Amino acid sequence: MVIGLETHVELSTRTKIFCSCPTDFGGEPNSHCCPVCVGLPGTLPVLNAVVVEYAVKAGLALGCRISEVSKMDRKNYVYPDLPKAYQISQFDMPLCLSGLVELSDGAAIRINRIHIEEDAGKLVHQNGDYYIDYNRGGVPLIEIVTEPDFRSAEQVREYLEKLRLIMRALGVSDCKMQEGSMRCDVNISVRRVGDERLGTRAEIKNMNSIAFIMKALEYERSRQVEAARAGEPIAQETRRYIESTGETEPMRGKEDSDDYRYFNEPDIPYILLTKEYIEELRAGLPELPDAKLARYVSEYGLAAKDAAIIIRYPGLSAYFEEMARISGAAVRSANAVITSIFRRIPDEDGRERAEGLPPAGYLAEAIKLADGGGIPAASYKGVLDRILETGRPFGELYSPEDFAGIPADKLARIAAEAVAANASAADGVLAGREKAIKSLVGAVMRATGGKADPELAVAELRKQIEIYGGRKE
Amino acid sequence: MPPRIAEIHEKLKKRELSAVEIAKAYIGAVERLNPELGAYITLTPDAALAGAAEADKLIALGGDIPPLCGVPMTVKDNISTKGVLTTCGSNILNNYYPAFDAEAVTRLNAAGAVLLGKTNLDEFAMGSTCETSFYGTAKNPHDTGRVPGGSSGGGAAAVAAGIAAYAIGSDTGGSIRVPASFCGVFGLKPTYGAVSRYGLIAYASSFDQIGVIAESAEDAACVFDAISGHDPKDMTSDPFPRGKTLPGISDGVCGLRIGVLTNLFEGLNPVIADKIGAALGIYESLGASVEPVSIEQFDMCLPVYYILACAEASSNLARFDGVRYGYRAPEYRGADEMIRKTRSEGFGREVKRRIMLGNYVLSSGYFDAYYKKAQLTRGAMRRSFSAAFEKADVIVCPTVAVLAPKLGDMMNADPVEMYLTDMCTVSVNICGLPAVSVPVGADRRLPIGMQLIGAKFSEGLLLRAARAFELAGGVVLRPAVGGDPLAV
Repeated sequence: MVIGLETHVELSTRTKIFCSCPTDFGGEPNSHCCPVCVGLPGTLPVLNAVVVEYAVKAGLALGCRISEVSKMDRKNYVYPDLPKAYQISQFDMPLCLSGLVELSDGAAIRINRIHIEEDAGKLVHQNGDYYIDYNRGGVPLIEIVTEPDFRSAEQVREYLEKLRLIMRALGVSDCKMQEGSMRCDVNISVRRVGDERLGTRAEIKNMNSIAFIMKALEYERSRQVEAARAGEPIAQETRRYIESTGETEPMRGKEDSDDYRYFNEPDIPYILLTKEYIEELRAGLPELPDAKLARYVSEYGLAAKDAAIIIRYPGLSAYFEEMARISGAAVRSANAVITSIFRRIPDEDGRERAEGLPPAGYLAEAIKLADGGGIPAASYKGVLDRILETGRPFGELYSPEDFAGIPADKLARIAAEAVAANASAADGVLAGREKAIKSLVGAVMRATGGKADPELAVAELRKQIEIYGGRKE
Repeated sequence: MPPRIAEIHEKLKKRELSAVEIAKAYIGAVERLNPELGAYITLTPDAALAGAAEADKLIALGGDIPPLCGVPMTVKDNISTKGVLTTCGSNILNNYYPAFDAEAVTRLNAAGAVLLGKTNLDEFAMGSTCETSFYGTAKNPHDTGRVPGGSSGGGAAAVAAGIAAYAIGSDTGGSIRVPASFCGVFGLKPTYGAVSRYGLIAYASSFDQIGVIAESAEDAACVFDAISGHDPKDMTSDPFPRGKTLPGISDGVCGLRIGVLTNLFEGLNPVIADKIGAALGIYESLGASVEPVSIEQFDMCLPVYYILACAEASSNLARFDGVRYGYRAPEYRGADEMIRKTRSEGFGREVKRRIMLGNYVLSSGYFDAYYKKAQLTRGAMRRSFSAAFEKADVIVCPTVAVLAPKLGDMMNADPVEMYLTDMCTVSVNICGLPAVSVPVGADRRLPIGMQLIGAKFSEGLLLRAARAFELAGGVVLRPAVGGDPLAV
């Protein structure tokens, strides 16, 4: 299987690419529009400099060569959501060329180009009629085009997740697939193992979920392999993914093939970038996911797998680093994120936002104490949960004596009393019903006001049950 | 000829006439003469009177008033005017009322201009005779059996007949200069980028430029100074500050190097050649030098223009589909048929011809042979003009190689005949240069224009050269129809 991707990423600039309308998602239909973005006669596009800046940052992060001279072109086609009947895009002189994305299995995905363009509006089907919402029209996009370098669906998944992380680290896009701010066209073909020549490809258009892309790729692969085995020709065509069936089908055949009649957009002069401008942006790039991962492994001693999970969430990464700094216990801090915090914030969106967490220092205090053996292992998780739950600092919730434990002789006495008070439970344990010990542990905990270490309590209870059993005989 | 704008300005300043009285005189003249001339598509008497009343208020306050304040004028109907019907001379925009003013209009409003109406043009400015307008042909005031030229024919006819003090037009391949020449008035096509195109409904975006038709160079300078200058809404607008053209307009031509464009004099109509020759003689007598210059590949200018302009037009006009505004076919089944019928019924023959031509030269398989080659030739012509401006400050040639044709002649001829009308003017748009057309005389009452072409942003020099000729040898061509609405 050979796959190439064209990924559209909506840039998170405040205003649209050619006018000053807001780019916010949603809003009343046609409320984020002006004469320019609905293409009224006589209006002219004014290129948003921030769009160029964001696209150049994306290009630099993906190892691209930035063009000092590039230009905008018109892509002419008629569709109701495209009010000028052309999309202003870049054809033969894109902003960024030839980059590279490395995957964890060592595969290198070559980026052919990145160009900037405007998004179209949306057709809304309602009560049997079509309505047009131009709010999205003119929202800036970058299109990232790879070479056909993917060999598996899993590589596609990793690439897209990585792309998303990079864009978010740069702050140029939120890459929310469900809001359509990241969308993919997938080109896929199959060939025999060892065959150098590429097979005929099908293009699956406009997918906005990684899960769908995975399913579509699997479906397409079997479809094409079956066709090839049966000796049927594979048509070079554009297909659409059907969510309900998980299959793809050819899109309605057009009367003639697409001819976009590209030509230089005369309303926008060539985009000229100085070397200084490009180098300034390069110098200002934030730490990218690959570097961060490497640093988490080398500097903090995290397992690569754990590091990879944490860096998926920039907000939580920062939170982790803060905890690690204050507590001096990086691995324990990482575990606190992956276990306690993840349990508390189960959904992806919440982890993205990383909101509602107490200051990192609150948890760090407990982590530091636990790392020095000051909090018994059995209490530790409960302590973290309680800090997360209440949002109050460790010091307000606990005092050091809370974890000093119960003196051994006192614990033995309490355990003996518990056994004596509930002989039937002790009998149960002796008879091999392990669960029966739970009520005895509960009794010990109640008697100690919850201060006893449950593990120690269990050990002491077993000892007392033995004694009780001996006495019985 | 006395500068019209200055004359009105004086009358207002001296309180001989109020702006409202002047507006009324013009409105009366327009209403009397327009049925015969067809210069205006839409009259805006209410807006004119309201504008004039505003001007009178300002004048009543005393102090300086802007030179264009209270002066009645017209705007070509492909330039957006807020709330005023803007048709582009096309059926497809027969009900289009723009939501905003073109930048040039905004600046004129700020200067106190009084809008009399919107003037006739070839449909979407595609034509050299004003005959492709959906709203009827404008007539030449010097001979109403002849065309006024195009595409800004309505504006030129209005100025020539005295029913507007000046007209705002647009020039894509000669659309200001050709009608100025045929109607015996002054036309200024500024440098590409000198005047904002915002609000000009595009025909060919890399050629289009808003300019002025007026009675004299001084009038044109006055208007140009008001509408030119950087506009952040137009990325092709020149960002550099340039001096005003009016202050130096009387500085003369002593020492000016005039290049005579030999490419255009071979086989030229002898009357036209004589009139321009006489004008050159006057320039020499005023201290200018005259030398021949030639432009390489000049004979390629018409193909280059028609390929590139039609390519851009095919894209620019694709948005007129009846969905959001403008004409919509009354009967249709489904969106595809609606768009097809709307465009079939909404556009005229010449517009359709250019849309098809443009789509053809852009289609894959033909792009390299036509569009790309034309772009390369465009570059070569620009370099060629640049080289010529090393040797000459101003290049002189006819504005049009023929006299105003009779009504209907061009419409019945091969379209290429009409395209040839633009032979002397399109190179200026190809290269983004400024040029003016100055009346130099007439052949049996039919005016002849001389074209002066300058290097980029040399409007001041061109207007000065034109002014020098007007003072030394200028001709006043009285129209057969029209006159001075303010004459007692």
